[in-house]
Amino acid sequence: MTAVTEHEVSLVPATDHSPQIRSLDLADFPALVGREEEWRFTPLARLRGLHTGEIGAQSPVVVTATSLGGATFALNGPKDVTRAGFTDRVATFAWTQIADVATLTIPKNTQVAETVHISIAGTNGVAFHQLDVNVEQFGEATVIINHSGSATFAGNIDINVADGGKLTIVSIQDWEIDAVHAGHHRVRLGRDATCKHIAVTLGGDVVRLLPSVDYEAPGGSAEFIGLYFAGAGQHAEHRLFVDHSQAHCRSNVVYKGALNGDGAHTVWIGDVLIRSNAIGTETYEINRNLVLSGGGRADSVPNLEIETGEIVGAGHASTTGRFDDEQLFYLESRGISADEARMLVLRGFFEDLLNQINVPEINDGVRTRIEERLAGIR
Amino acid sequence: MSVLEIKGLEVQVTTDDGPKDILRGVDLVVRSGETHALMGPNGSGKSTLAYAIAGHPKYHITGGSVTLDGQDVLAMSVDERARAGLFLAMQYPVEVPGVSVSNFLRTSITAIRGEAPNLRTWIKELKESMNALQIDQQFAERSVNEGFSGGERKRTEILQMELIKPSIAILDETDSGLDVDALRVVSEGINRVRATGETGVLLITHFTRILNYVKPDFVHVFFDGRIVRQGGPELADDIEANGYAQYTAV
Repeated sequence: MTAVTEHEVSLVPATDHSPQIRSLDLADFPALVGREEEWRFTPLARLRGLHTGEIGAQSPVVVTATSLGGATFALNGPKDVTRAGFTDRVATFAWTQIADVATLTIPKNTQVAETVHISIAGTNGVAFHQLDVNVEQFGEATVIINHSGSATFAGNIDINVADGGKLTIVSIQDWEIDAVHAGHHRVRLGRDATCKHIAVTLGGDVVRLLPSVDYEAPGGSAEFIGLYFAGAGQHAEHRLFVDHSQAHCRSNVVYKGALNGDGAHTVWIGDVLIRSNAIGTETYEINRNLVLSGGGRADSVPNLEIETGEIVGAGHASTTGRFDDEQLFYLESRGISADEARMLVLRGFFEDLLNQINVPEINDGVRTRIEERLAGIR
Repeated sequence: MSVLEIKGLEVQVTTDDGPKDILRGVDLVVRSGETHALMGPNGSGKSTLAYAIAGHPKYHITGGSVTLDGQDVLAMSVDERARAGLFLAMQYPVEVPGVSVSNFLRTSITAIRGEAPNLRTWIKELKESMNALQIDQQFAERSVNEGFSGGERKRTEILQMELIKPSIAILDETDSGLDVDALRVVSEGINRVRATGETGVLLITHFTRILNYVKPDFVHVFFDGRIVRQGGPELADDIEANGYAQYTAV
């Protein structure tokens, strides 16, 4: 694709971007005006008060877990007071609003063969939720979390993978077109633990996800894969924060998004910090955007700060391309209609990512949904 | 038996200085089985004719008509023209990242034939055509034209023509940028298509070199947006010996 926009590549030290506030108390977060670095791309007016607290009637999401295998699920567990503070105002607001915590546990040394499915379904009101996914030592599982229906939703997921554990977790945002979703997905990795976090954002008026990883011991490996599609007027935002604070850990971030139609807006922020003690770090992040038609806007900002030179490797890349008129003409001149041509290009764009996701249960579904979205079906 | 009939075609492009006339009344008839060479100096409007027939949105038709077997080509969308039997091998084939050659070709063939080709036959057909054009099989899995050399792109254009089997093929400077070996391979590909007798070829070039391999039935000299001279293959020999100047003096 022709590179048309690469809005900015910030060379500002990532410590300026890394969170300044960590708290469970909403009072610690100043009121938002929209010019804050971490909010400047977000249409606050469309958050329906999640950022101010002036919200409408609450109507809880319906949460169900199926195909648990050797895992256990507690829907309404007690709310603790010891967890690490959130770094985001809306995430903290959600915490203050919930009464209990849902917990999925993969017990020690247990390999859950079947994929665990968790459904979070909106019921047309404001809803808050806290889900913990705890993989105990040497536990292994694949978990798919599907968000659907309509809601104004602030939901956090704390993902703890203990020493030697291995988790693949997929969060699908398949909301109705009028939904609002804000969420912080915090991954914590023990020694030699592995987590593959996959965000698939297809629907919703505004989706703003904050996937992050903290390493608690050496040897951890985090992979963040994201696939997003924004149709006309949709806002899809993914802000990643990878905090390399331990030696010999790995991270790999691959996010790809397509925009189709006027007013489609995607935001990808990749903050990677390699602290001075994180020797032997290996990290790479890449974001690619494809504007299929119309006047969409893709903001893509990788930030990489390296405080030690003793690393294996660090890199980032960001491109935004447009499916242009010459490409369209070329495909049409071979008998392919304009709609088919866009479909062909879109399939090709996402294919390698779907192969990387490698969760067979979702690949076909996601392919179909992307094609439906492109065809204008919801 | 198909007939492409171009009558009094006038075409404009929009420039920064306003509209500019490029074609000033082109008359040409190409029948399937025939090979026409359209020759002329750079800037005479040859490529404009090719793109206007294919339907590129940049070119505005201001007069005349183009029909294929009596059907109004100018009223068709770009993809309809291709499905009606027109093919344009482009001078600068476009890169389409992320779309593999094999996927692109299968989609194109499905659109043109109106049904998906039988998978086994299709793979065999593709393989044979690629071999004949000395295109490495690995190219099938590469993105369309991405990172291809000039010669590889031109060979891929001819590959498409062989598979699509158009009733009328317009080859826009397919010979430019080819070395001797590639020119021979590409010419053989064109000749295989001609040998079927079912495709009419309009070969656009400003060199006579390719005409040593692809023998035209008719030669047209193009200058200042129109055909200024028509003849048989001997006209090409004359151009080779004496240049265009004799036809293009204003």
